[in-house]
Amino acid sequence: MNFSIYDFTSFNQWIDKFLYDNLPAFWAVAVEMVIIGVAILLFYALVGLFLVYAERKVCAFMQNRVGPNRVGPYGFFQTIADFIKLMLKELVHIKNADQLLFNLAPFIVIIASFMAIAAIPFAKGLHAIDFDIGVLYVIAVSSLGVVGILLAGWSSNNKYSLIGAMRSGAQIVSYELSVGLSLITIVILAGTMQFSEIVEGQRNGWFLFKGHIPAFIAFIIFLISSTAETNRGPFDLAEAESELTAGFHTEYSGIKFAFFFLAEYMNMFIVASIAATVFLGGWMPFHVGGWAGFNHIMDYIPPFVWYIGKTFFVIWIMMWFKWTFPRLRIDQLLTLEWKYLLPINLVNILIMAFIVLMGWHF
Amino acid sequence: MKEVINLPVKNVEEEEYHINMGPQHPSTHGVLRLVVSLQGEIVKSLKPHCGYIHRGIEKMCEKDTYPQIIHLTDRMDYLSAHINNHAVCLLVENALEVDVPERVKYIRTIVDELNRIASHQLWWCSFGMDMGGLTCYFYGLRDREKILDIFEESFGSRLLHSYYTPGGLMMDIHPNFQKNVKDFLKYFRRKIKDYDNILTGNIIMQERTKGVGILSKEDAISYGVTGPSGRASGFACDVRKHHPYGVYDKADFKEILGTEGDTFTRYMMRMHEMRESMKIIEQLIDNIPAGDYTAKMKAVLKLPAGEYYQRVEAARGELGVYCVSDGNKTPYRMKFRSPNFSNLSALDHMSRGVKIADLVAIGGSLDYVIPDIDR
Repeated sequence: MNFSIYDFTSFNQWIDKFLYDNLPAFWAVAVEMVIIGVAILLFYALVGLFLVYAERKVCAFMQNRVGPNRVGPYGFFQTIADFIKLMLKELVHIKNADQLLFNLAPFIVIIASFMAIAAIPFAKGLHAIDFDIGVLYVIAVSSLGVVGILLAGWSSNNKYSLIGAMRSGAQIVSYELSVGLSLITIVILAGTMQFSEIVEGQRNGWFLFKGHIPAFIAFIIFLISSTAETNRGPFDLAEAESELTAGFHTEYSGIKFAFFFLAEYMNMFIVASIAATVFLGGWMPFHVGGWAGFNHIMDYIPPFVWYIGKTFFVIWIMMWFKWTFPRLRIDQLLTLEWKYLLPINLVNILIMAFIVLMGWHF
Repeated sequence: MKEVINLPVKNVEEEEYHINMGPQHPSTHGVLRLVVSLQGEIVKSLKPHCGYIHRGIEKMCEKDTYPQIIHLTDRMDYLSAHINNHAVCLLVENALEVDVPERVKYIRTIVDELNRIASHQLWWCSFGMDMGGLTCYFYGLRDREKILDIFEESFGSRLLHSYYTPGGLMMDIHPNFQKNVKDFLKYFRRKIKDYDNILTGNIIMQERTKGVGILSKEDAISYGVTGPSGRASGFACDVRKHHPYGVYDKADFKEILGTEGDTFTRYMMRMHEMRESMKIIEQLIDNIPAGDYTAKMKAVLKLPAGEYYQRVEAARGELGVYCVSDGNKTPYRMKFRSPNFSNLSALDHMSRGVKIADLVAIGGSLDYVIPDIDR
């Protein structure tokens, strides 16, 4: 066995070989699935808890506050305490609610985000499924969450929830286009939809810099539309606490509310991961083509650290948005997408295709 | 949610539905209940239901002596408590024809304006929050805290001061008062630029407020919308300018009038007004004359029989106090013309046909304080 934090491939192959040597093929696959499932679940929970903490700290610093600072050092265990509280809390029974859909909705939301995380490469070899249509899969799966939000709003039997859900439906369906098209811009440049190859293609420089201006425009559009897709401020119309109290999850309490809450943060993590992977090189260290010495020094930083660093940078930008801008109105939100982002995006794809055709990219 | 409203059925089209905004709702800033009739997200009409925090202040006034009444007026518009006190004090002083010392007039004017700034700061906080920009809330509260600290040092209380008494003040100002106020002005001149940076100049905020919730000058006058909301529509209604009290006639300040009458103009009116208030304080703070902090008053105040009316410019508009006295130590009848009640009455007119998000913004720009509506 040859374990290295720079390349997990041989470590994974060693586990695979060990299981197949000692177990029948069916059980070996089953055990592998369980291991991956538990690892992702653990990662999911930890990142979710950390993001809630990070958001509270970031917004506190932007608002001249201290933020959580009582539970543990710098309030680090605050979210764990919150989570325990939410788990122990009573689930309020809603009269006249559609019980089946009402109970199903949080699970749909959380499963959608859970499925998307499977396709994301965390480091070299640390990759649950390496689809050859990875980008398409992530776009498809991440938009399933809207079903859960619509069901939550519909089944709550609350007008505020329904308004929030309707807004959210219109918003996510619209912005899904921009997310997809901005990713397609880079897919044209990379020539593949497979995440591992997209990352590998950025060995000599990130696509953000390789693709001239179109890649940069696509990155900005992706940031805007993915913020909208995850229902975060300034596009948090589905929640809109000053208008709709809490939007689609007004009637949810306890652990079901926690599911929505966790899913929101994990969706943010997923879109930030995709942004980091597609535009900023994923786990690939910062390389400049031709600078061998510089590239060699950058290689000393483990890929996982690069990945987490880039992802959290994107997350930080999204938090910065949220705590700076006021909220848009629903018609302005749709105007922004259909009248500005979508046409810009389509033209951008043409320009990118032209650049790739002429071989002008680096 | 069960249907809990009793609107006349003939006004309701089939596709309309109602939501109750309030009494517990984040954007009504208190226990106001708006029954909003919606078509999709578009507001067709709305009906304010008041009375959730009605305490019968006007009735309570009838059994209280005049110095006691002042403590009740604090509780109406708690954000401009000093100005409310000022109205009753002026009424009693004018009725008894008391000569108030010049020092008292200066201090009252300065404190009123500080109170106005503090009130507008809190309005800015909550307006930002209504628009969805939560950071504004903390910026505003941070600066408001400085004024409250000054109040606490001089008057012993942060929100409900009851600092004015008929004939003067409860006590003299703290020796640090002038220095602290000047420090605050220096500080706030710098910080108000942050307000413009984070909210006024923001493209999302401007897009959401410009041309929304328009109130014409004629409507402003007929609904009796006063204060910054009325002036945004071009209605020159500043009591400080047109019927000066205190030492406003000695201070040089502009009555800023808007023309558009939309939410953004109402927003800008208050931003300008904060700057004008700072200008007034700057002119007066160094010129407070020496002298007594109260005139010599009788132990028991009895207003001569008759009717009296006094108005002042509170932070949200014109506050009128109407008093009928039968010569006793308690008034026969007290009536407060509270600015918020009149301003609220125009909300239905302004918000017809806008989106529900705009309704929240319009409500924020009217800056209503619910205890002042209900009294």
